[in-house]
Amino acid sequence: MWIYEKKLQYPVRVSKCDVRMAKFLIEQYGGADGELAAALRYLNQRYTVPDKVIGLLNDIGTEELAHLEMIATMVYKLTKDATAEEMERCGLGAHYANHDKALFYGNAAGVPWTATYIQAKGDPIADLYEDIAAEEKARATYQWLINMTDDTDLKDSLSFLREREIVHSQRFREAVEILKEERERKKVF
Amino acid sequence: MHTFRKKYRVYVSPYDPCPPMTKKTYETPPQLYLGFQPYGLPQYPPSEALRQGTLWPALYAPYQSPYKDKYGKREADE
Repeated sequence: MWIYEKKLQYPVRVSKCDVRMAKFLIEQYGGADGELAAALRYLNQRYTVPDKVIGLLNDIGTEELAHLEMIATMVYKLTKDATAEEMERCGLGAHYANHDKALFYGNAAGVPWTATYIQAKGDPIADLYEDIAAEEKARATYQWLINMTDDTDLKDSLSFLREREIVHSQRFREAVEILKEERERKKVF
Repeated sequence: MHTFRKKYRVYVSPYDPCPPMTKKTYETPPQLYLGFQPYGLPQYPPSEALRQGTLWPALYAPYQSPYKDKYGKREADE
């Protein structure tokens, strides 16, 4: 059960008409390390991890859905006023032929999202290590996207999302430490 | 204190086809170093925290492109 708040987690402003950037941002929408994959990965793994870390996967998985909305907003703003010709010129001709301006879950190269992007091994350490890796890969994707635009408003939103990946990675790393259960114990050798 | 960006030099061959990028960088953000976050670390005021994406200065690591601009080859910081 979720409660929906009808606002974005962080404001999304796009100040440059740059349809091409929409194509690249889609990587973070429906790519292997994108927000959809992240949300579904954590919200699915949460059932079979030890009690102590269920809440973490629940909260981070939920937040990823909020990030998904932010990316969708960016893509929508960049494409909503584009003509068929502009879409084609910016590498989105194939997308337009299939979807018009509708968003779709795929990566920057147009490959549709697949469940094989995510794992659920049932081994808590294996799953949390995958989650840490996923956060670092998403952080890297945001870096490359920031490198690809000179729109300062877009960069601002992307920087916020990148910072959240850092915080999530930190919390998953702490979850591993909790499961190791050596944290508070006084060790005597 | 650790740095959030590391640099290294790359070998350039006299026979390379393209103008060289002699320096490469990679990011090493704070979560690699913090360990289990200690209690009582300093916090940002709420409005600043919401803007920056974290409550904790210890986890704040803003990213700037290492390139001069979108088209620039050279890294901005030496």
